[in-house]
Amino acid sequence: MSDANERIEQTVKANDVVLFMKGSPLFPQCGFSSRAIAILDHLGVSYESVDVLQDQEIRHGIKEYSDWPTIPQLYVKGEFVGGSDIMMEMYEAGELKQLLEQKGVVATAE
Amino acid sequence: MPMAADDIETMIREAIPDASVEITDLAGDGDHYAARVVSESFRGQPRVKQHQAVYAALGGRMGGALHALQLTTAAPKQE
Repeated sequence: MSDANERIEQTVKANDVVLFMKGSPLFPQCGFSSRAIAILDHLGVSYESVDVLQDQEIRHGIKEYSDWPTIPQLYVKGEFVGGSDIMMEMYEAGELKQLLEQKGVVATAE
Repeated sequence: MPMAADDIETMIREAIPDASVEITDLAGDGDHYAARVVSESFRGQPRVKQHQAVYAALGGRMGGALHALQLTTAAPKQE
């Protein structure tokens, strides 16, 4: 396993919800990443974010890790959930909230 | 280099012959597209697998030549 792979694995295992994105939640550098952040904020879930623009190894490694060609990428409890299109579809169908609840990671305070 | 909408459609149809493909040029710049792909082969597949099938059809262009493709996939509605 490559170094990048190992670092990715550690990150997704150590955090319940991880978003690999371009930029930071406050300053997303791409419309798709910005959309992903908006969805997570809307659901009130706390998450770890990784800015792939700061780390070329992760930027390329994450695409191989999940066999997924684009960023952002959402991971819940170590499992790849999808990119921003899937997040949006799931969000609109109420499935994303359901998934987070099932995994026990959604904020309880409303 | 950007891709033409027709090329995207052709590549998807070649890999997923029964697919109905709808491409929208979102910004009119030949670089930001939305695609809706409906295929019987998606039935029962998780969304990630459905999208991966479309990305595979585009043969590595996704994230490269094709920066922005908003993708939705589905199996045909059963009557």
